[in-house]
Amino acid sequence: MRIPCPYCGDRDHSEFRYGGDATKLRPKHGTGDLDTWHDYYFTFENPKGPHTEYWQHVLGCRQWFKLTRNTATNAKVEP
Amino acid sequence: MTAFRRTPSGGRIDRSIPIAFHYNGKSATGFEGDSIASALLANNHTIIGRSFKYHRPRGFLSAGLEEPNGLFTLGEGAETIPNTIGTTTMLKPGMKVKSQNAWPSPTFDVMAINSLASPLFTAGFYYKTFMGPTKGAWMFFEPFIRRAAGLGKATPDKGHERYDTRNAFCDVLVIGSGPAGLAAALNAGRAGARVILAEQDCELGGNLLSTQLESEENWRRTVNDELLSLRNVRILTNSTVQGLYDHNQAVISVGLNILEVVQAKTIIHAAGAFERPLVFQNNDKPGVMLASALRTYLNRFALAPKRRAVIVTNNDSAYTVAFDLAKADVAVTIAEIRAQPSGEMLSSAAQLGIAVFPNSGIADVLGDKHLQAVKLSGRHAVIIECDVLGMSGGWNPAVHLTSHGGIKPVYDERIASFIPGLFAEGQFGAGAMLGNFGILEAVRDGNSAAEQAIAKLGLKPTTRKGEEPSVSEERPYAIEPKWVLNATDKKAFIDFQNDVTLSDVKQAHQEGYLSVEHLKRYTTMGMGTDQGKTSNMNALAIMAGLRGMAIQDTGTTTFRPPFAPLSIGAIAGRSVGKHFRPTRRSPLHAWHENNGATFIEAGFWQRAWYYNWAGSTPESAYIKEMQVVRSNVGIADVSTLGKIDVQGPDAAEFLNRVYVNGFAKLPIGKARYGVMLNDDGIVLDDGTTSRISEAKYYMTTTTAQAGEVMSWLEYLLQCHWTDLDVHVASLTDEWGGMAVSGPNSREALALAFPDEDMSNEALPYMGVKDITFGGSTVRLLRLSFSGELAYEVHCPANYTISLWEHIMRAAASLDIKPYGLEALASLRIEKGHVAGLELDHRNTLDDLGLGKMASTQKDYIGRALRQRENLQAPDRWSLVGLELMEPDKKIRGGAILFAANDEIKGHGRGYITSVTWSVELNKFIALGLYKGGLKHEGEVIIAAFPIRNEQVRLKILSPHFIDKEGARLNA
Repeated sequence: MRIPCPYCGDRDHSEFRYGGDATKLRPKHGTGDLDTWHDYYFTFENPKGPHTEYWQHVLGCRQWFKLTRNTATNAKVEP
Repeated sequence: MTAFRRTPSGGRIDRSIPIAFHYNGKSATGFEGDSIASALLANNHTIIGRSFKYHRPRGFLSAGLEEPNGLFTLGEGAETIPNTIGTTTMLKPGMKVKSQNAWPSPTFDVMAINSLASPLFTAGFYYKTFMGPTKGAWMFFEPFIRRAAGLGKATPDKGHERYDTRNAFCDVLVIGSGPAGLAAALNAGRAGARVILAEQDCELGGNLLSTQLESEENWRRTVNDELLSLRNVRILTNSTVQGLYDHNQAVISVGLNILEVVQAKTIIHAAGAFERPLVFQNNDKPGVMLASALRTYLNRFALAPKRRAVIVTNNDSAYTVAFDLAKADVAVTIAEIRAQPSGEMLSSAAQLGIAVFPNSGIADVLGDKHLQAVKLSGRHAVIIECDVLGMSGGWNPAVHLTSHGGIKPVYDERIASFIPGLFAEGQFGAGAMLGNFGILEAVRDGNSAAEQAIAKLGLKPTTRKGEEPSVSEERPYAIEPKWVLNATDKKAFIDFQNDVTLSDVKQAHQEGYLSVEHLKRYTTMGMGTDQGKTSNMNALAIMAGLRGMAIQDTGTTTFRPPFAPLSIGAIAGRSVGKHFRPTRRSPLHAWHENNGATFIEAGFWQRAWYYNWAGSTPESAYIKEMQVVRSNVGIADVSTLGKIDVQGPDAAEFLNRVYVNGFAKLPIGKARYGVMLNDDGIVLDDGTTSRISEAKYYMTTTTAQAGEVMSWLEYLLQCHWTDLDVHVASLTDEWGGMAVSGPNSREALALAFPDEDMSNEALPYMGVKDITFGGSTVRLLRLSFSGELAYEVHCPANYTISLWEHIMRAAASLDIKPYGLEALASLRIEKGHVAGLELDHRNTLDDLGLGKMASTQKDYIGRALRQRENLQAPDRWSLVGLELMEPDKKIRGGAILFAANDEIKGHGRGYITSVTWSVELNKFIALGLYKGGLKHEGEVIIAAFPIRNEQVRLKILSPHFIDKEGARLNA
């Protein structure tokens, strides 16, 4: 799989690390009770199809970015 | 048995270059251009192995990659290469070829008695033996089966072969170099695209290498030569595309030794098709071959059947074989399964003197070991003496690679087989892959696929139209979907390599294994090294017939990489031995090496474990090294710690959020110990962070978590807290550090840095000071991991050795000594500091006795989820100190803890995380996690170590074994 790093361009997926669901909004620091954080941290949609995720170009420029990818086919990978 | 003779002329062998080789220890000779298979056939070795289960004699079925029988072991000793496919491996001078699965020889095989035991080995034998009520039988059968199931044996010895992995990029990857692939590569090459053409054979041409037609060979040679002249075309021969992955990535095995990962913008599939065998009694007897193989052996390898060949077919393609054989003076008879083959072909056959029996089939194959005659079925039930029987059940497109990405092949009635489903983005198909079996069709397909690829790439198409071979227009291919010629016998084979018969498939059906995936696993059909290239379609067709379904409704089994057998060495590449994973060395590594250190692997790191000044074994050395630190002064390398530079106006706020304890008010020139949690409230890491100046901090992490913490901080700053003006940069490799520890450490550093005030007032406990020394910044941090008066001295990596040597020299009068990782880790156990062994990503602050560190004045990461009910449970496994109650015994790391009256069984109430001999207490002590933790302080418990059958009594104590008040730290 090729991943388009928004800073470096297309690179092999082995240069990246996955960082989880990017569609959920992290509760603002200093806010949120146990339930809010529980929902944020533990409950996910896990969709089959297009999904937006965090990835880091960890063996490259080290930038984190959002990536939309079809989880079933890896098609339409875009930053 | 002589089945083949060399033709006096023709073929692609060079009769002027004989090649001597050895087969099963005996000398033999072939010619340049021979494959192992053709050389063996030319030397009358028609029986080349025994079958997997029944040890029936077997010969070559094919002349290609699909070969199920002709596997050989090449070389000997450490250079042994097992399971080499004889039909695709070219003969080399001096080659040592050995047959497999036959003892003592393929023609006389002791295990052939398995044929008599065959009822034992029917479908589901393995399944029933493993899983059924008789599974005890496996214990009895296993050694027998393992010996008998004789695929080649790998050698345990290290050979001289070298392996490598390499990467490449291209615009167009063309898979296969038959007429379709050649045309595609040429067209794309002429348009200026960067082309890689991968061909499994040693020469380009595919089935054009098996032709008698001058016009086809001329075209092949012309295209071959032009491709060689194009600098933008890379030709890979002996190269099999083994797998296709997302975004057009291909993995190609190049020869035996190289694995090439190709990132292609577009891919043209021109992998061709495999001929399908027919199912009839004794169809596995040596001498029964695929019809197309007879044509290849004749036209490419100059091997004609000695006198007579019989061809049995349900389609038109085998007529070309018959015609070529007849032209080479072989008497040919065709058993035609169809009632009415085309009149045109019948008249061509008649002209060549070929007898055709329509509406016919094969009733049986006669002969002791090798075929000697065949008995036809149908109206003409005659017995025909012959040397070979060529069978053709039609052609199966090689849909394997197109299916790797999960695209299911679809059934095409026209060819009675599967063709690729929709191609993935940027992929195109051409020729026999698509069921277009004619040469002209293939060339036209290849040209058009290349045009599509060029358009997709946005390149300008070539103005030179692809030339076509000057052959007459071909008749459309015709086939009748009939593969099973008699339906009763246990000796009608479907899978030749795994010995699966027609009756096995029937048995699977009767026992309810209906889906093709179940059928495969139950019968082991398609599970050999050939992965069912010749067997899968027949099995599907038979199962479909039994179920009264259409083949398209039963579907195919799943195609997975690798496409063909490849060497494990090529997969491993250079990642063997010490190169299996990266090696990290401290900048002080060379000093340790030159000064008697023994090293130990810790993660990727090579760390100084102990030094020979203290002893020759770790057990003796670490105790002496600890004593030096407790009584005098020692120096240890701590460069592996994660070191992170944190800068920016909001750095204080940032640190205050990631650590559970307060960092907002840390003064300049001070360090603070901090603990971080994950969002889920579990401890992530600990370390110290110092404030160097107003907006500049220096964070250290544990060695193990350095990468993880760095990435986490980046995640927070880049994805979530974008309003914070903070930057982080890793200094782990850029900086090194050393711990100078012990009651005389202040004096040692005062000697080393005579211009600096090292007094307790100037640099108190947890004080930090940057100084300039020898032209470099040196950071002095008064931190202690050992519990003694101690310092860390950090500096840029390139200065570490000279700084270390300077301190050693300056403090020589104090008799300063280096100490290693074992002593470092043991000193911290005495002090009760947690480390990687305790921070196991399952424990909370309270589990580690650090609950009081968490601030109640501010929010921090993990605060909310720390409150989860189970994390607050009263009886969690938490940190305890332990001391050994039986002086003559030992505590072992990982020992399971039980209460005194517990039955010693199961997972117990906890376990030992770290053990050391305490030089201070003169006994073994340990840290461990124990249910209820220090609530049980003072209790005597049991540590069990079942694999050594040991049990010892321990007493639970505070984990801070020494200097509970911290008097030494503040001295």
